Amino acid sequence: MSKIRVSLRKAIIASGLKNGMTVSFHHHLRNGDFVINMVMSEIEDLGISDIRIAASSFFPIHGSLVRHIKTGTITAIDCNYMSGPLAEAVTNGMLQKPVMFRTHGGRPRAIMDGSLKIDVAFIASPSSDDMGNLNGASGPSSCGSLGYAMPDALMAGKVIAITDNLVAYPNGPVSIDETNVDHVVVVDSIGDPSGIVSGTTQVTRDPVGHVIARHAADVIEASGLLKDGISFQTGAGGASLATAHYLREKMVSGGIKGSFGMGGITAFFVDMLEDGLFEKLIDVQCFDLDAVRSIRENPNHIEVSASQYANPSAKSCSVESLDVVVLGATEIDTDFNVNVLTDSSGNIMGGSGGHSDTAQGAKLTIIVANLLRARLPIVVDRVTTKVTPGETVDVLVTERGIAVNPARVDLMKSLKEKGLPVVDIVELKEMAEKMAGKPRKVSFTDRVIGFVEYRNGEIIDKVYQPAKE
Amino acid sequence: MGTNLLFVPGNNPAMVQNAGILGADTVIFDLEDAVAGNEKDAARTLLKNALESMEYEGCETSVRINAMDTTHWEKDLRTVAVAGIDGLVIPKAERGEDIKAISEILDSITEAEDIFLIPLVESALGVENVYEIAASSKRIRGIFFGAEDYTADIGAVRTKGGEEIFWARGRIVNGAAAAGVEAIDTPFTDVEDIEGLKKDTIFAKALGFDGKASISPRHCGFIREIFYPQDEEIRYAIRVMDTVKEAEKSGKGVASMDGKMIDKPIVLRALKVLRAAGIKEDFRYE
Repeated sequence: MSKIRVSLRKAIIASGLKNGMTVSFHHHLRNGDFVINMVMSEIEDLGISDIRIAASSFFPIHGSLVRHIKTGTITAIDCNYMSGPLAEAVTNGMLQKPVMFRTHGGRPRAIMDGSLKIDVAFIASPSSDDMGNLNGASGPSSCGSLGYAMPDALMAGKVIAITDNLVAYPNGPVSIDETNVDHVVVVDSIGDPSGIVSGTTQVTRDPVGHVIARHAADVIEASGLLKDGISFQTGAGGASLATAHYLREKMVSGGIKGSFGMGGITAFFVDMLEDGLFEKLIDVQCFDLDAVRSIRENPNHIEVSASQYANPSAKSCSVESLDVVVLGATEIDTDFNVNVLTDSSGNIMGGSGGHSDTAQGAKLTIIVANLLRARLPIVVDRVTTKVTPGETVDVLVTERGIAVNPARVDLMKSLKEKGLPVVDIVELKEMAEKMAGKPRKVSFTDRVIGFVEYRNGEIIDKVYQPAKE
Repeated sequence: MGTNLLFVPGNNPAMVQNAGILGADTVIFDLEDAVAGNEKDAARTLLKNALESMEYEGCETSVRINAMDTTHWEKDLRTVAVAGIDGLVIPKAERGEDIKAISEILDSITEAEDIFLIPLVESALGVENVYEIAASSKRIRGIFFGAEDYTADIGAVRTKGGEEIFWARGRIVNGAAAAGVEAIDTPFTDVEDIEGLKKDTIFAKALGFDGKASISPRHCGFIREIFYPQDEEIRYAIRVMDTVKEAEKSGKGVASMDGKMIDKPIVLRALKVLRAAGIKEDFRYE
């Protein structure tokens, strides 16, 4: 017996996909992914319509999906992050049903509890044997971890692995095993590995970013968490990565060894592992090719499922063991609620990803952001879209001061004792408005284009379509 | 003025807006080398508006105007001097009379007597005349040595080791000290070479410089750290100044501490330590 199907079309037919069903995808190939476009095009050619597409994230490369919305092949979208032409189309009201925006931990929760029922999961697989033992760490399109595909493989009605690297049975190491795979399809290429690079592996040269990062590293030190065994997660690029740079300096000079680094893993974290600054890396997705190499070669670089990473309904998950997370924001309000989904004009340009999961899980959640972005104040009275609730955010670090959530009296005291420039978040807002003026209010229509689902399943906000100028 | 002075291009709105938070004791907004000839007017206007509307808390602001052999310097001077700056950097300073002329224009256009001047000495003639320049106006806070133009002027090759500027550095320190003003060392121009910066700054401090300029915000913290006095030096300096002021108040001609007379060099040294530590001390020898 072999699970190899001669074509993608045959595999789709064999899966029994019908009108009105839900298909799912992972986003490990990020902006280099060929599989979503390839599959949706085939589904349309088969005349199947009214499909809910549930991918962990969408990137600019998935612009061709706009065409499938227009034709009625896609009528609903479920994701944790969305950018590029698809986000633009949703903002413009092209999709009839509102998009369900989840978090990286909320998605596996919804899959496991059945609120997101997947009929057919399509899993881009950088390496597979003919029975569907899959890994992401080898092959010409290797992307490292396959963490986001694991809940889909476990729970979907049918699972189709799509690979450009068929290897002899049995494939190893195994990220997703044959017990959960129904069909295997071999194609010319599943993606462009260079497109998986997210953010930058270079520490920013922006001097303001460095000021913010130095302050953020000082906050971590002042919090008392900078000691042997510290666990840490940060974003790739900008002030977040620069914070990791300064934290690294503090760890080296203090002779401190961390327990684990987590996240989207970049070369920066791989270097920290290889230099002995972390015992382990917990990797739900690789952000660059150094991380892909490391996960393949280093047994201390551990691949985890999205569920283990952040599922709040699991018996435990990794974000709950996290000490410090450094995150970004497009807006933060005076109650510390954070928006990473829409820009200040109300256009969809992102999503929570793991933002709300890590913010709730970590002992210390730091938001790093320039007080002014493109001449607009980042601190506002009320965020356009509430994605991460203020009660899970401890500190906002900007270039002009550090605001501490008033609920964290202990932290406020230690930061002040260390002489850090602590200011009230309202003062930061006023400072920004004094420099840039108070931004004009954006107006919205009554039409809901998205729901923001918190990691526990609660709808905490709605995304409205911005009114045309 | 502090120990670290940072150049910020006067035509870069983002940098001008954020100049106050980059860790410099004194920001030098540059209208000279950083700004192309056809952008001089725009940069001048940008700076004027920024200086009038922004708050640069925690650091002093100065502007490097264009050199006196250009057509821009007087417009620069007249525009920024009334926009709320703390000081001016005068490039290609070669003669005391030029600095005096600038000082007189300042006297005529603003009542702000505390706007300081920092002549930038960056030619063979300037180095020869350093004391004359340093002593030419009561507004002069310090002499700033510019090594790049200087080495070109004497026909030497600029090196990281700095052998070619050794004599000039010594003469700058000496001329500034003789006039009772500070000596500011030339920037270390390799932004990425932090070890080289540290070595160069430690050497400049050993030569007697009071501070150092930089062209990168990344350098500010290292320069400040190296020039920052030891705790015991600060404590000693505070005791010296307390003793001197107490002696002055009680009409004693000679102050003494720990059984030793405190003479002028000890007081000047104490003032230098306090300045480097950012501690305000108004005491002045008449």
